[in-house]
Amino acid sequence: MGRKLLLEHINVPGINTFDVYRSKGGYASVEKAIKTMSPEAIVEEVKKSGLRGRGGAGFPTGMKWSFLAKPEGVERYLVCNADESEPGTFKDRYLMTYIPHLLIEGMIVSSFALGAKTSYIYVRGEMMPQIRILERAIAEAKAKGFLGKNILGSGYDLELYVQPGGGAYICGEETALLESLEGKRGNPRIKPPFPAIAGLYGCPTVVNNVESIAAVVPIINEGGDEYAKLGIGRSTGTKLISAGGNLKKPGVYEIDLGLPVEEFIYSDEYCGGIANGKRLKAVVAGGSSVPILPANLILKTINNEPRLMSYESLSDGGFVSGTMLGSGGFIAYDEDACIVRNTWNFARFYHHESCGQCSPCREGTGWMERVLHRLEYGHGKMSDMDLLVDVSKKIEGNTICPLGDAAAWPVASAIRHFRDEFEWHVTNGAEATTRNFGLAHYADPLLAPVAS
Amino acid sequence: MLRVEDAQVSVEFSPELISKFDDVVSRYPQGKQKSGLLPILHYVQAEFGWVSPQAMDKVAEYLDILPIEVYEVATFYTMYLLRPSGKYVLEVCRTSGCCLVGAEKIMDHIEKTLGVKEGEVTPDGLFSWRGVECLAACGYGPVLQIGPEYTFYENLTNDSVDKLVSDLRAKAKN
Repeated sequence: MGRKLLLEHINVPGINTFDVYRSKGGYASVEKAIKTMSPEAIVEEVKKSGLRGRGGAGFPTGMKWSFLAKPEGVERYLVCNADESEPGTFKDRYLMTYIPHLLIEGMIVSSFALGAKTSYIYVRGEMMPQIRILERAIAEAKAKGFLGKNILGSGYDLELYVQPGGGAYICGEETALLESLEGKRGNPRIKPPFPAIAGLYGCPTVVNNVESIAAVVPIINEGGDEYAKLGIGRSTGTKLISAGGNLKKPGVYEIDLGLPVEEFIYSDEYCGGIANGKRLKAVVAGGSSVPILPANLILKTINNEPRLMSYESLSDGGFVSGTMLGSGGFIAYDEDACIVRNTWNFARFYHHESCGQCSPCREGTGWMERVLHRLEYGHGKMSDMDLLVDVSKKIEGNTICPLGDAAAWPVASAIRHFRDEFEWHVTNGAEATTRNFGLAHYADPLLAPVAS
Repeated sequence: MLRVEDAQVSVEFSPELISKFDDVVSRYPQGKQKSGLLPILHYVQAEFGWVSPQAMDKVAEYLDILPIEVYEVATFYTMYLLRPSGKYVLEVCRTSGCCLVGAEKIMDHIEKTLGVKEGEVTPDGLFSWRGVECLAACGYGPVLQIGPEYTFYENLTNDSVDKLVSDLRAKAKN
């Protein structure tokens, strides 16, 4: 069993209150950081830890922090990205619901390291209950002297606020999030300038995911080198994985990076196999934006090595035979799932969520949705698959923000790996509306273990 | 169906509501009060059940910004209801993870139970329903939420939906 750094005390009754959290060693990192460390030393520890952004991009957090401009007399901001909207991902909701003080603690240490005097947690508006939980936790921490003026007598002041979003996936993109926080439409900004130079209100700003901020707590408590000992290669530490879909035990799991995918899916310690004794057909490993893989390719790489839950192993083989760790939104599809219908569902999602700024994304996502809809309902043409690939290639890389890529990849990968299922929808149009294609032959039954 | 033009709404912000607005605006630096727009619209929707054009104009006045700046935000974000809706709006997740475990069947069941199509209001004015995109609860699907507090109902079945609807009906009578 892997070590739990974030969720160790998650089952302690009352851990959502300050007193219980404190009695379990909570807020020790704030004391250590503010009383004994300089902001530069904290950034250095985070760099040493090798922590990579947990929101999806996987960019090293310490390096992101070190890019922050520090002009004299200009405010700096830390903004926590809690706009968790990537289909398949629900780890941040879990963390904020059950152990909110971990996020508050991480925010205090990170704000101190970056020299921010005002910090915001931007939470998606649908998570109103979580917003109330965080506001209560902030009030408790403030009453105990961990927030507000002169924290722990150090002379450091910090105000922390929770900001609700309005229900837009695009606001998970950091510059769209900043626009939204300024009270505008969530249209991503053209970069450069990056937020580290000109972010919130034009001031230097760092935007980090909830899980990245929470991971700062164990890094400061135990040291960056200790943290880096967990995991594998450049994928250090632990990661929260949100497991959903046709699994026996869906939920949020904290794993050491480097855990074999097969163990994650089939062992009783984690997901416990596929629900209802069915067989695994496909997996989306890191949220809807990453390429979908058939069962045989998610369990073993193309070189027949076991696939591991790490940034490197999941992307082994590039987009030809690999995928990405992304945000850790793990969706498993059983033999009854229809890949065409699922791809249409994703395309509809991206069409709905495109902000409309860039033509390739605004028009292309709708185009893909319409073509996939006719394929799913038995009116497709053989040329539609090539059309979809063509449209996806013309969106990819031609937009301001990565939503275009995120919309293109699931479609292109579904056709790459499940082309015969799409073709069957064309040749057997009427039948396709009444039953599913079933297990594809490439989901090799020898490589896809049957749950007992 | 109720039409926006027919809706006679007198929009008066009570002192309690204004004090909530003041609290929101105090979180931002001087002159950046526009940042409070999204939270304030949530308060308006919780108070009046939807965000009417009249209310948007009043919000613009309060924040000292142009009305168009409020309109463009209210129409961009999907949580703001731009026409009168049922007292309880059942928002069902319709994205991949939830569909794998039966969200589409739940939506069919809700449509049958309430007897109205997506986006319409029941004759008694109590309910409307709509499909929404991923609610970040994929492990507990199918899920639905009900504003203004966005309470969550997880692992839905036809029975649990029936119970929820009858509970809400009873609650509305009291």
